[in-house]
Amino acid sequence: MSPASTTGAPADEARRPSPLAEAAAAWLPVALAAGLFAWFAALLPAVSGGAVLRPTLEWVPSLGIRASLLIDGLSLTFALLITGIGALVLLYSRTYLAGHPHYPRFALFLTAFMLSMLGLVLADDLVLLFVFWELTTITSYLLIGFDHAAAKSRRSALQALLLTGAGGLAFLAGVIIIGTATGTYSLAEILGAEVPLREHPWYLAILILVLAGAFTKSAQFPFHFWLPNAMAAPTPVSAYLHSATMVKAGVYLLARLHPTLGGTEVWFWTLTVAGGFTAVLASLLSVRQTDLKLSLAYTTVMALGTLTLLLGQQGAYAMTAFATFLVAHSLYKASLFLVVGCIDHETGTREAEILGGLARAMPVTALAAALAGLSMAGFPPLLGFIGKELAYAAAVEYSARPYLVGGALLGANVLMVVVAGIVALRPFWRPAPAPLPRTPHEAPWTMLAGPVLLALGGLAFGIFPGLLQGAVVNPTVLGFVGPDTTPAILRLWAGFNAAFVLSLVTFAVGIALYLVHVRLRGLIAAAEARLPDFDTGWDRLMEGLLRFAIWQAQAIQTGRLRTYIAATFGVVAAALAFALLMRGRWPEPAALGAVGWLQLAPVALILAGSAVAALTASRIAALAGLGATGIGVAIVFILWGAPDVAITQLLVETLTVVLMAVAMLRLPHLAADRRPGHGLLALATGTAVGGALLMVLGTPMDRRLSDFFEAASYPDAHGRNIVNVILVDFRALDTFGEIVVVAVAALSALALLRAARTSSGRRAP
Amino acid sequence: MSLILVLPVVVPLATAILCFALRTSRWGRWVSLGGTLLHAAAAFALVAIVSDGTVIAAQMGNWAAPFGITLVADALGAAMVAVTAVTAIATAVYALGDIDAERERLGYHALFQVLIAGVSGAFLTGDIFNLYVWFEVMLIASFGLMTLGARPEQIDGGIRYVTLNLVSTILFLMGVGLLYGMTGTLNMADLSIAVASLEARGPLSVVAVMFILAFGIKSAVFPLFFWLPASYHTPAFAVSALFAGLLTKVGVYALVRMFTLVFDLDTGFTHEILLWVALLTMLTGVLGAAAQSDFRKILSFHIVSQIGYMVLGLALFTPLAIAGAVFYILHHILVKANLFLVAGVAGRLCGSTELARMGGLYRSAPLLAALFLVPAFSLAGFPPLSGFWAKFLIVKASLDIHAWLAATVALVTGILTVFSMTKIWGAAFWTPHPEGLSPEPARLGAGARAALILPIAFLASLTLFIGLVPQPLLGFAEMAGAQLLDPADYIRAVLGDLP
Repeated sequence: MSPASTTGAPADEARRPSPLAEAAAAWLPVALAAGLFAWFAALLPAVSGGAVLRPTLEWVPSLGIRASLLIDGLSLTFALLITGIGALVLLYSRTYLAGHPHYPRFALFLTAFMLSMLGLVLADDLVLLFVFWELTTITSYLLIGFDHAAAKSRRSALQALLLTGAGGLAFLAGVIIIGTATGTYSLAEILGAEVPLREHPWYLAILILVLAGAFTKSAQFPFHFWLPNAMAAPTPVSAYLHSATMVKAGVYLLARLHPTLGGTEVWFWTLTVAGGFTAVLASLLSVRQTDLKLSLAYTTVMALGTLTLLLGQQGAYAMTAFATFLVAHSLYKASLFLVVGCIDHETGTREAEILGGLARAMPVTALAAALAGLSMAGFPPLLGFIGKELAYAAAVEYSARPYLVGGALLGANVLMVVVAGIVALRPFWRPAPAPLPRTPHEAPWTMLAGPVLLALGGLAFGIFPGLLQGAVVNPTVLGFVGPDTTPAILRLWAGFNAAFVLSLVTFAVGIALYLVHVRLRGLIAAAEARLPDFDTGWDRLMEGLLRFAIWQAQAIQTGRLRTYIAATFGVVAAALAFALLMRGRWPEPAALGAVGWLQLAPVALILAGSAVAALTASRIAALAGLGATGIGVAIVFILWGAPDVAITQLLVETLTVVLMAVAMLRLPHLAADRRPGHGLLALATGTAVGGALLMVLGTPMDRRLSDFFEAASYPDAHGRNIVNVILVDFRALDTFGEIVVVAVAALSALALLRAARTSSGRRAP
Repeated sequence: MSLILVLPVVVPLATAILCFALRTSRWGRWVSLGGTLLHAAAAFALVAIVSDGTVIAAQMGNWAAPFGITLVADALGAAMVAVTAVTAIATAVYALGDIDAERERLGYHALFQVLIAGVSGAFLTGDIFNLYVWFEVMLIASFGLMTLGARPEQIDGGIRYVTLNLVSTILFLMGVGLLYGMTGTLNMADLSIAVASLEARGPLSVVAVMFILAFGIKSAVFPLFFWLPASYHTPAFAVSALFAGLLTKVGVYALVRMFTLVFDLDTGFTHEILLWVALLTMLTGVLGAAAQSDFRKILSFHIVSQIGYMVLGLALFTPLAIAGAVFYILHHILVKANLFLVAGVAGRLCGSTELARMGGLYRSAPLLAALFLVPAFSLAGFPPLSGFWAKFLIVKASLDIHAWLAATVALVTGILTVFSMTKIWGAAFWTPHPEGLSPEPARLGAGARAALILPIAFLASLTLFIGLVPQPLLGFAEMAGAQLLDPADYIRAVLGDLP
């Protein structure tokens, strides 16, 4: 992404941050990252001596969650990579995005990301680890979508968020189950437990959930497609998030849990097959790209596959290979991404077929590119070579399935040679095929420091592997194989063995393929066109989800009140019928008492009133029917000895009918509208409610309250009318509340009328 | 003791009368704000009293329970009143910049205060019929607020709202009647004892279903939530924020109260129903949200979906799950109200809350964008925000009792919530404005800007604080959950020492 295209509209220019904010955004994050790097480097001697630091703070004691850290070889290695590369990337981006109006925001997100990632690898508590895990998801969402006006960026950001977010939720379930299974969330305690998780009855569930988290985050097949799309982010972000750090979070998690989850058949097969397949597929797709950045993106997926593959194995060799390749990859990949950023920044393009002849104009960049590229291709004397040798050795000599593991590694490594040629050498050393969009210059030192230092790191560690061995590799390996094994030795010349033969084959085939890489690219492109495309599959999934959502929303939320009422009463009738069937009890006829003709008279009145209300097309007639129902109810009260309630009922009923009749006179006539469905629904609801009522009437009545009211009404409350005393004394709060209701109803009605009057007054002229 | 229980109801009602008298004066709004602050003081005093686990009760009119009406505050009741007070303060300040003089003249502040009184009364009453009365107070006050201004879509939404809620009211009343018929009492603590000695357990479960229906409509669960998405996007922004925070949660509160205190004898039947209701509510709600294209409509469907989590906590019925439900309710009120407040500012800046007509806020209003992300990610359950712990508790409670399906639905709903939330973020914040407008906050004027943004920042910082330091609220929620599952203290506070 060239900075020119990320610059916002002219309106932004006026809103440039103040110079002070700009300077702070430029230098504070760099200083912070560098300071942290120095601090972690100072911990190296102690940690490589075998010390494990576990600072602990209570956090959520009720859930047994602590804010505790675990600093051992593995986490310190990651911490050094995160802060070291972070410092260089931050230094780089201030020039790369110089003048961008949102640079302070960018620096904030990137720094927040760095700290989240740091928290992730340092956390001892799995819940704390998960918190940082999700924070990396959020910050990377903001970073991938940094060029927010472009639809492509937004789509890529969302894709990454949803995929890694979904995996994250699975991982959360895994964390909770691990916590329940082991009784702790502390990694140190889980790893130190006598019984490893692989012997727990829930092992398979835990493994699946953890792998779902790790594979989505680390872009393993079939979740590999989001990572190349994430390249919509500015190049420094790609260099950082998508090579050195975030995508390695999944790998870190697998490495961390390797001692307790690994070593089973299902672990071996899942990681080996997924990792190996991802590595080979990604390296093929990498050769297929002509955009240098995209090409690198796929090599990252390849590296993640290789790391996963190595973690599928057991033993010191595989783990040493893992640690070495981890460091080697971080160094060369970050360097190469930054180099591509320089090329893009200086020439205005990153198309492999346009670029050429840059070595003359950009010699320092060319040197960094060459060193990093040779390390990626696995040539001596670079660290990549040692990593590759160790991986081959682990595969051929120590793996349970040497052909499978070795074959996958060989295929991927051969193609890495090809990609290294395309990305790191060809743009610099071949003659320029055509004039470039811009005349290239060397980038400023701030942009060169990163790629050069990282590339030199790969060289230094290649020539003096002992440095890395003692400080980083041994403590890392011991972190997950236990102190009784010895890590393999890192060296450039390990003798003429199977691994070396494989290396020679890799070079030979790789160089041969490089020479025909344009034709190879055509072949892969043709094959790719015939295979299912996961990225469009993703779009289909999203569209399908949306279509389903809209379909169900429209089915439920029709917008018609009539449907809502019908559905509500339908649910009421069905639920009550269900409850009556499951739990109802038919009352003994004796409990209900005998029913005489006198009692049936009001029943007839009520039924007739309801029938009229339901069947008539005239509002007034319906109202009269309802009024008759009310009178029927009043008669019921009289018959059962509550004359004052009956009087109230009659008054209310009469008043309601009169008032509503007055209102209805002004309404238009109803069209004749008979809906048998609604009639049945009403009947069903009434029957269900009636059934519930009968059932309750069949149970004995407790008259404690009535007895008390009768007894206390006169002597204590000084009232002869019990109903009145209940209303104004025993339950005065209810009456008070109802008065509020009436008052507010009046207020609301008044407000409605007044608003209606003013708005119609406004509309009239 | 009894005074402090009455104050959260009396203070807003007294304020309402004053506000009604002052409705044409510009002092009305400040009186309303003052009353809100006093209400909050009473609410937090209540929390301080119950925070050591005591339950306090007051007998209205000095008629001993169960013959009169009792007000009770346990941890849950007090916390609900306190979170109501916080929401009320936020919306009252927001209203200073959102409610126009015309609406004030029509009685906005009086209605607002009556609503607060009704909500507080519902949380504090220990009497099932009195709860019904407070429901009515809330319903009529909210109807007034919803239709205030009387634009056609408001009337439309208001009628849907009130009609469907009246169905709930009728069911509630019938339920109370049937329950009274079986037990002869209305006092909830007394009910708890009465049902335990009831010989007719089966019919009690039928009555319980009637309460599920009544409160289910109030809390907007599947398949009874129609009224909510049909109405919440229509009133003034301050009003919809208040509703979104509080109204459905009163329904959930009533469910939690009744299905721990009274209907806890047949959990294999009643809570199994609640479980399925919860799961379907979570999924249909969030899918409904994904289908919308209006800022407030998306948020409205999210309410539905989130209610599912709370009901799920109740349905699982373990100490952790109930604590989770309580935590969820408290967190959700703050977050949801805040999202509607953000929607209000965003809608004013862009001139619409329809996503197709919004955009450009990320560039021109970065503070608002940041303040949106906090409650948005919190609602979706991302750490380190309050919603993460809420979701964590519910998911852990599900996994602990091997309710795999419930845990799965809870997690899937989480990711779908993110999906629907990013719809808002993508369209209103990231995408440039469709008409090339730059929605500048400066257009609002300094006073209005402060009144609108301060409450949002306040609620967002609470969300963040709960996320970073969850233990105090969690401890409180655990205490509340323990009191709910073992209501001995509650019953003793209401009825005195039993023989």
